[in-house]
Amino acid sequence: MIRINPKISEKLFVALCVTVIALPLILLIVLIGDVAIKASERISWHFLTSFPSMKAEEAGIYSALVGSFYIIVLTGAVSLPVGVGAAIYLEEYAKKNLLTNLIEINIANLAGVPSIIYGLLGLGIFVHMLNLGRSLLAGGLTLALLVLPIVIMASREALRTVPPSLREASLALGATRWETIRQVVLPMAIPGILTGSILSISRAIGETAPLIPVGAVAYMAFLPDSLRDPFTVLPIQIFNWVSRPQEEFTLNAAAGIAVLLVVLLTINAGAIVLRDRYQKRTR
Amino acid sequence: MTLQTRNISGETEPDPSKPTAGGRKFHHKAGSFAEHIIVWFMFACSILSIFITVGIVGVLIFETISFFREVTFAQFFLDTRWTPLFSSKHFGIWPLIAGTLLTTSIAIAVALPFGLLSAIYLSEFAASNVRRAVKPLLEILAGIPTIVYGYFALILVTPFLQKIIPDLSGFNALSAGLVMGVMIIPMISSLSEDAIYAVPESLKEGAYALGSHKLPSIFQVVLPTARSGIAAATTLAISRAIGETMIVTIAAGQQAKLTFDPRVPIETMTAYIVQISLGETPAGTLEFKTIFVVGFSLFCMTLIMNILGQKLAKRHIGTTE
Repeated sequence: MIRINPKISEKLFVALCVTVIALPLILLIVLIGDVAIKASERISWHFLTSFPSMKAEEAGIYSALVGSFYIIVLTGAVSLPVGVGAAIYLEEYAKKNLLTNLIEINIANLAGVPSIIYGLLGLGIFVHMLNLGRSLLAGGLTLALLVLPIVIMASREALRTVPPSLREASLALGATRWETIRQVVLPMAIPGILTGSILSISRAIGETAPLIPVGAVAYMAFLPDSLRDPFTVLPIQIFNWVSRPQEEFTLNAAAGIAVLLVVLLTINAGAIVLRDRYQKRTR
Repeated sequence: MTLQTRNISGETEPDPSKPTAGGRKFHHKAGSFAEHIIVWFMFACSILSIFITVGIVGVLIFETISFFREVTFAQFFLDTRWTPLFSSKHFGIWPLIAGTLLTTSIAIAVALPFGLLSAIYLSEFAASNVRRAVKPLLEILAGIPTIVYGYFALILVTPFLQKIIPDLSGFNALSAGLVMGVMIIPMISSLSEDAIYAVPESLKEGAYALGSHKLPSIFQVVLPTARSGIAAATTLAISRAIGETMIVTIAAGQQAKLTFDPRVPIETMTAYIVQISLGETPAGTLEFKTIFVVGFSLFCMTLIMNILGQKLAKRHIGTTE
């Protein structure tokens, strides 16, 4: 049997590992490079401010951008208070009993449910049972339920960073549980809660699958006026362009992707800056 | 905040606002009426998560029962054709399950070796500054929307693979699976890294003391100890791949076929749901019910994998303590 020098085999192994880590990152660069090159042929003020069109060069993402904005505001408006409320209850009030245990297992499992299933939930409950139709409201509520488990988990994580001794000190001084939470726990935990929640909710911007059963339309030549109006979002518009066989629409898809990635990057960076600024102030 | 209407809360009152600290109850001042309302609101918020599950299961089962009033179990489980949209309708689920398993297997075949090697490197070899730089880069892969990966698979990967495999179809399971694998790498990598990290240093030191080199100690001591955690990571990744929708819808095709040939168009369960949802299918029709039956099958498969994954993760914590 040939025995390889352990030092050499270790070096070979490390080289293999480095290759394996580098490869997906190189693919990422290729992807971003391709998108950037193709997008540069389409992105213009016209692209951002035009409705979709049968002609690729004239088609834009105006209705999709506005739709994405509305949807994300709705998603945040519902999932943020509910998620933070649930997190505070579970961290600060809940006793260790069967119900709490059930809620916790349930939240962990909900986070693993495929997003398309949430689309079917939205279709069954919001679109048909509550008769909201294929509307902005149905879409926003569906995505709110989708991100709720991760908003709860992120907020609980942030609440856990506040040392228990501070709570005990506040209670010892005669404050009620809620006064302690409002005046001691939340001021310390808010930066973490906000960052975690914004990152969780921003995931909804890139979601395509759950909105297809709920009925986001691919061709919106007007803007929604009310919560009951039909809507489209950026990922749905990109999906529509990618699925078309004509090559010129590929450029539109790439330009849409570029806008989507820039929006996501901005929000993520914003959330992190927000956290840093808050942390400096509270210290 | 008004502090007027305070009283000591009685022990017998089943009040969710009653605090416990480290399991030890202590007397405290109960809050005002407004405080009770707030607590009940927050309690309702956490209960909502249970209603979401009830809603999901309820909607899926309701339509599934309604589906099986028109289609028999034998037609669903024993037929090998899935053609609900054709004039000769067949409702055999197996082609969709085969398509799902095919793309999932390809994805895991990529993500497991890549993720595991990354995890070994990051936890055992990389300097801490390299680790700090590489981890967020890998996390970016997980943060990119799946629609972007779908574009990547269809527009870039498939044409490239067609140069190597000439009879590769424009829609195929291979490129969808490969790209999905890249997306899942960070998931396997970070969960496996946690598992490897949890292996006690003393075990490695024991191996070194017995004269082992670094590589044998990794493969014969560290990885076997961390195997439950790595299995948990893989199981959760499989669940993720089964439920992944946009990549397979865009790049793998929409032809339900009972085949394990990665070169031809297939259809996954998720892609079928999208295909039907894109058309205007009125509620109550059999086609409408099929998406919920497929959804329910999908939900069961991912739930089983998730529960298994959590069990394995728990066992891992048990073995390393």
